[in-house]
Amino acid sequence: MLPDNLREFAVAAAVETFDPAAVTGGKHERGELTLEIASGAIAGVCGFLKRECRFIRLSTVTAVDRYPAEPRFEVVYHLHSIERKERLRLKCRLGGGKPEIESVTSVWRSAGWYEREVFDLFGIAFLNHPDLRRIMMPDDWEGHPLRKDYPVTGQRV
Amino acid sequence: MSESGIPGGIAAIVEGEPSGPRRMVLNMGPQHPSTHGVLRLVLELDGEIIMRCQPELGYLHTGIEKEFEVKNYQQAVTLTDRVDYLAPLSNNLGYCLAVEKLLGLEIPPQAQWMRVMLTELTRLNSHLVWLGTHALDIGAMSVFLYCFREREDILRIFEMFSGQRMMTSYFRIGGLALEPPRGWAQRVKKFLDVFPSRVDEYEDLLTNNRIWIGRTRGIGRISLEDMLDLGVTGPMLRAAGLKIDARKDEPYSSYEKFDFEVPTRTENDVYARYQVRIEEMRQSARIARQAMEGMPEGPWKAADEHVVLPDREKMKTQMEALIYHFKIVTEGFRVPEGEVFQVIESPRGELGFYVVSDGTTKPYRVHMRTPSFGNLQATSEMVKGTLIADVIASIGSMDFVLGDTDR
Repeated sequence: MLPDNLREFAVAAAVETFDPAAVTGGKHERGELTLEIASGAIAGVCGFLKRECRFIRLSTVTAVDRYPAEPRFEVVYHLHSIERKERLRLKCRLGGGKPEIESVTSVWRSAGWYEREVFDLFGIAFLNHPDLRRIMMPDDWEGHPLRKDYPVTGQRV
Repeated sequence: MSESGIPGGIAAIVEGEPSGPRRMVLNMGPQHPSTHGVLRLVLELDGEIIMRCQPELGYLHTGIEKEFEVKNYQQAVTLTDRVDYLAPLSNNLGYCLAVEKLLGLEIPPQAQWMRVMLTELTRLNSHLVWLGTHALDIGAMSVFLYCFREREDILRIFEMFSGQRMMTSYFRIGGLALEPPRGWAQRVKKFLDVFPSRVDEYEDLLTNNRIWIGRTRGIGRISLEDMLDLGVTGPMLRAAGLKIDARKDEPYSSYEKFDFEVPTRTENDVYARYQVRIEEMRQSARIARQAMEGMPEGPWKAADEHVVLPDREKMKTQMEALIYHFKIVTEGFRVPEGEVFQVIESPRGELGFYVVSDGTTKPYRVHMRTPSFGNLQATSEMVKGTLIADVIASIGSMDFVLGDTDR
């Protein structure tokens, strides 16, 4: 459900019209608009936003680990419309058990490396990603360093 | 298949199906001088033509985003210098602006203008290193010496302000780290007076140089649509005719008060990127001069005693000031819960800081959207089907810093 106070934002209203079930929440704080999207609908919503709302750039994809809370992960997308000089943040919540979400590489190819980075450092799998491998850490690395239960210091042998 | 890489990585090239009978795999890097850092490119060649290219990165990954989470907000400024070590002040600025947005902190005009001036000098610094090394890679040795002559002046200015040549950490949350030193204006003026003529010198060496033109014109083409799709930002887009610059589009730190142009070109090749950056240097010098001449009077740090350290004098004479000083130094300051994404125009393109706060004195999560990471993603697409001799010119024109890529 889109909060009522966000209906005045054209983008938020457009997404809700496109797929009423996709929007699970949102907020407008410090001049930045955030929409929470159901994780199953992300690729569809992103495709719509690029096609119809001219968000031709995907600025970045990242994640936040809310460990030990559940759902544990937030996958965060920052979109940018060059024409309207507008930015939009999308957020999907994922449980900690087997975190996975549809890849948006079919919408923006730039998601390729951004999602690889999230996969590498958070262990979130992106479905239908053409090349999901580690990018920062060595291929045989164990664990995902940006998870909150991964130690900051410590000896590895 | 993804254009930004080859599924399966290096193994796909080395062991996979050859794409032609004369196939040869060449490993460039990770310690190739022209990669300016440790980037590895695995190239599959057919004769001299590149059939496929797979960049491998991560050699400079130092876990800076993780480290943010155990530092308090003010301490973390020092981490940002080390991300893009050629543009430390731009990184300081992006991070400070993000945290200040979370705090709702008002920055006094003098600090804002000082930030603008020093960030523009940083842009000059970064572009000079780029120009020098890029020309060196292509074979024009002398340009490097000229560029580093001026870079030295800029580093001395940074040292005058912050005590450090490279890892300045001069911008702090709430303003500046130290009071601007006595005589800074004369020093900056002296530099800005000669700098435009120095840019003319670089241009004398390169702009009409037949070898330079031969090595750069028509090289490294990639369509604007591909670049936008692959996450490229900054001078590369401007050299393809797109007038995009966060300083104009989403002004921060009072950039809207400055008069400057955003240079663009339409040729979209290595030469056009060179021309855009040369013109950017002139514009940056122009902005820095405006900031120097119109520098507002007044305080250089915000008036929030919960965030900004008190003056030394006050600390020694007033009890409250001493208490605040002790609190800020020992535990830091609390930042209200929330999240922001602050974008600035770094010398390389869009630099974004995504800062999440949980209301404590340490950032819950900091993500850096670094321009080099996005730009580098276009490598495969850019060099595919070109000559191996042009790889150096092509990737040089992207101006990436591997510290910025790998974080």
